[in-house]
Parts: sequence; structure tokens; C-alpha cells
Amino acid sequence: MARTPAELVGAQPGPPFRITFDGRAVTALPGQSVAAALWGAGILAWRTTRVGGRPRGAFCGIGQCYDCLATINGEPNRRACLVPARPGDTITTQEGHGRAALGV
Amino acid sequence: MPLSASEPYDLAVIGAGSAGLAGAVTAGELGLSVALLDTSVQTGGQFYRTPAPTLGAVRPEALHHDWSAYTDLRRRLARSDVRHLPGHHVWSVTKDDEEGVGGGAGDGLWAVHAVTGADGGGERPVRVRARAVLLATGAYERQLPFPGWTLPGVVGAGGAQAMLKSGLVLPGRRVVVAGSGPLLLAVASSLAAAGARVPAVVEASGYLRYARHPRALATNPHKAAEALIHGAALLRHRVRLRPRSAVTEVHGTDRVEAVTVTRLDRDWRPVRGTGRRIACDALAVGHGLVPQIELATALDCATRPLPDGTRALALDGLQETSVRGLWAAGEAGGVGGAQLARLEGELAAVAVAARILGRPAHAGRVRELGRRRERMRAFADAMAAVHAPAPGWPRWLTDDTDVCRCEEVTAGRIREAVEDLGARDGRTVKLLTRAGMGWCQGRMCGAAVACLAARGRTAEPPAERRPFATPVPLSALATLDDPTMPLVTESEGPADDPGGHTTTTFEPDASPGDS
Repeated sequence: MARTPAELVGAQPGPPFRITFDGRAVTALPGQSVAAALWGAGILAWRTTRVGGRPRGAFCGIGQCYDCLATINGEPNRRACLVPARPGDTITTQEGHGRAALGV
Repeated sequence: MPLSASEPYDLAVIGAGSAGLAGAVTAGELGLSVALLDTSVQTGGQFYRTPAPTLGAVRPEALHHDWSAYTDLRRRLARSDVRHLPGHHVWSVTKDDEEGVGGGAGDGLWAVHAVTGADGGGERPVRVRARAVLLATGAYERQLPFPGWTLPGVVGAGGAQAMLKSGLVLPGRRVVVAGSGPLLLAVASSLAAAGARVPAVVEASGYLRYARHPRALATNPHKAAEALIHGAALLRHRVRLRPRSAVTEVHGTDRVEAVTVTRLDRDWRPVRGTGRRIACDALAVGHGLVPQIELATALDCATRPLPDGTRALALDGLQETSVRGLWAAGEAGGVGGAQLARLEGELAAVAVAARILGRPAHAGRVRELGRRRERMRAFADAMAAVHAPAPGWPRWLTDDTDVCRCEEVTAGRIREAVEDLGARDGRTVKLLTRAGMGWCQGRMCGAAVACLAARGRTAEPPAERRPFATPVPLSALATLDDPTMPLVTESEGPADDPGGHTTTTFEPDASPGDS
């Protein structure tokens, strides 16, 4: 019986690389989305809602629900479940609409 | 084949899942020039979602059924001249009334508008022109809200499976699976196979209801066999099946720590005093699938209500919508699974080829495909009836339960709009409360809002009308009248350089050697 998904499919991934989440180092595998890399590190939330400031992360997993919006390399509102993780990516928790700098 | 740079394709296929792949390769084999657009880098859609090649999965089939059907389609795609356009998010399909180069498919040409890149944020929107369009847009998961469902660790059942299939990750170590529909069994068995502990599968309907559809069961033995395979897997992994029950509460402050599972009566009303707490660190929940049809409803295609309260495209015997020159296959015409989707994609392609080439379709082939289609559609309708949400489910809600996740609109505010302000449909509720006005355009809350607006009566299925199938930047709209907007044609180089901040490499998925 497999103990992990990687074991189940006999994964032999390319060399892992590092991204950061709110300054914390996270190991990602080549080919994983940002959301998958964060789940792999046990992180389930990377956004706070506009009204209640509640934590959110990936929900539908297929780009339809927009719950997984994150700020990636300074750009807000990226769907983390669709965007592939790349070496050196800086992921930060998106506060609300992610455009506080605009003062709106 | 298009002869010049401005020459349109014979057929544009939207979606490279089971239906779209079958449609594209069949049309190619019948001699049509085909463009195949899909949001993902790889073909396969949601059912055959696979890890990226760099994850080096030696046994991707361990997470799939009927794997050989997919590898066969992939091989045929690799051998074909079909232009695969990955990373293309189609946001609108319009009738191009420029020069009426009908080509026999209809009058005028279709323009398929797409934004590019991993999440549609690429700088280069593109347009594909075609004589005919095949919509193979699949489905998304239906959700019904309950207290605590916005807590991190609560994920879609399909979402958990999607993340597992492509990213090889789990949302937790102990995952309760809940909701309604056959997908739950598949999700539970794949999560368990991948190493998660699944304490329970919580199904709101009673499986005995399938006994009311003996004919559909008897004529679709492969479906019964599939259920047995999942059932055996669940037994092996010691997963408890809890029918006629629902998760009525999620416990935890920042993430899931436990759920309360409550027995339901026939109308899905919680039975007092039957709540039991199950410790878990994630919950995968869903209530079946909703056909993804907004590209068609925007063109005023006729729809039909399904027995489970969703809406699908109304199609003729050859998969054509009520709009001439626009065909659909797979879940867009009613959720029926990958096998039916492949069959319908093939049938649609045969019909398109006959129209474009101006010769009758092979009668024997059409008859055989049609016969099998009817048989599988009958099972799909039976399945939809068994798992249709019963009118009592809103009793799960408290006034402060979020119904619309995007706009954080609570059940209390929606009830106020319905009971005090007289809203009788989802659209009016949206105008009064903003429910359905957010990023997802009502996909996550649409079913629930429709039920709440119906006040216990049978809800009108949501209209699934969205002017944009996906949010697009204003810059993409600005290019609509721009004569220099990139046209994707057969004779050009790759049109899928996403530009902007997205550096996904789009390699057309055509690996001839399949593991």
C-alpha cells in the first residue's frame, strides 16, 4: 500500500527547488502548481477575505472558484492552483483584494 | 487545411478532455483542419488530469480508470495535424460577420476569443476563426454550503482529486469525504490509495434509490462494475460508508479539526440528536457536477433542465445545439462520464465533417454511436435523479453561514432578501445581496441561492449565463477591434507564447510513447 501520492504513481521528479511563503522556505517539485507546493508543505491558506479577513486557500482545484488567489512575486489575484511554481518564487498572503497600495 | 494566414480552421474544439480530444482527433482523421484549445498545459481535462512530465510519474494510471482509452486518444492526437493550443482560456465565442466564408457549416464564421498563460494573465489575447465550433467544456463541481465550509482544509471533492492527480498532494492526513454522488466513491478510493486515512464517506442520498432505475442499471453493467471496484477499495481501506447523512458542521479555528456528521431524513433535513463528531484534518465535499455552458448560453443556445436541478445544453441527435454550426459533447450536454463524453465527441466530429464536406455521415456509424449514447444518457439521468438535492438541505444552515464564498454573503442575508424583500430567483438575490457577483460569477453559490430563492419548492436551475466565461483584463477587451490582434492560423508559428509575467512553457501534448 502506498503511503504517499508520489509513491502511488512511482514519481521520480526532477530536482526540488525552493520558493518562499511569507518569508518561510518551502520546497517545491518541478511541475507542481503554487497551490500544490503549499499543500505539500502543509499550508492550506494564503489569502484573507476582503470583508471578514478570513483565511482561504485552494478549494475547487481547477481554476473555477477563485478562492486560491495569492500574491505571487508581488502580483495579486493569481490563481495559485493554476500557476506553476518556479524556483525563487515569492508567495505572500494576499490581504483582501491585494491592492492596498492603490489606497482604494 | 487552411491555405493562407487568414484562412479559418474547419473546426475549433474548446476543451481537450475526453469529449474534446475524441472530437478533435476524429475530425482530423476525417480530413478537417482542427484547432484544439484548452486552459491546461496538458490534454486530458479533469478526468484524465495527470502530473506534469517533470514530476516523473512512472505509473500515472494508478490514479485513473480506463487509462488506455486516454493513451489511445493521445497517440491519435500525436499522429494528427490537429493544432493543439494549450494555455488558452476561452472567454467568449462570437459570430464573425465579416466576409461570409461559410464553407458549408453555417453562415459566416465563428471567432473564438482566448486569453493565454497559466491563469489567463498572459499579455497576448488571441482569436481563432473557424467554420464550426465544438464545445467540450466539461463541468465544475456543485457545492451546497454548511456551517464551517469556508474553513481552510475544506476542499471540493473534485478539488482534492484534481490536486492529487496533477500535484501529487493531499489536503490532510485524515480526510472525510462528503456530499452526494458517485464521484465521492472515486475520490475516497483515490485518496486512500494515495496514503490518506479516510474515516468516512458521507452520502446524503440512499444508494437504494438506484433500485428504482432497474433498466438503466441493467443496460449499463460497466457502471455497476465501477461501483463494485470502488466499493471493494473502500472496504480494503476500512472506509465507513454513511448514507443518508451530511456534514452539518466543521470544527476548528484556522483549519479543520473535526466535523459533525448528522443523519438526514428523506428530504435531507437533519435528524435531531443524531450528530456524531469525527476527527479529521480535511474535508473533501461536493454534490455532483454542473455542466459548464456559459459560452453557449451567451449565444442563446437552448438548454434543458436535468433531474438533479442543473441545466445542460439541449442537443439534437448529432450533438448540434439549437444554434446552427455550434456543436457540444460530453458534460456540457448533461453529466454522463468520460466514456459517454468520448462517444459524443466522436459523434459530433462525424456530424461536423459531414456538414463541412457536404456529404452524408456514415449512417451505420452514426446509428451505432446514437444507440450507445441513449443507453448511457439513461443511466446519467437515473444517477442525477438519485443524487438530486432534496428540499430540506437548507436546514443545515445557520444565519451566519457564508453561502457566497467570494462576496461573503450569509444565509441570513439571502433569507432576508427572499422572505422580506420578495426575491424569487438567483438574479434578484444577486442584485439585493451581491451573492454570485464575485470572481467565480456564481459557480460556487448558484445552486444554493437558487434553492433558497425557491423557498422549499423545486428550484429553477441556475441559468448559467455569464457574459465572460473567465475574468479578462480590460486590455483584452481593448484588442477586440484591433486589426493587429493575433489570429491563430495553421500556417503561423506558435501562437501560444503567453507573454507577460507567465513563463509556462506550452508544449503541445503529443507524447507518442505512453508509459
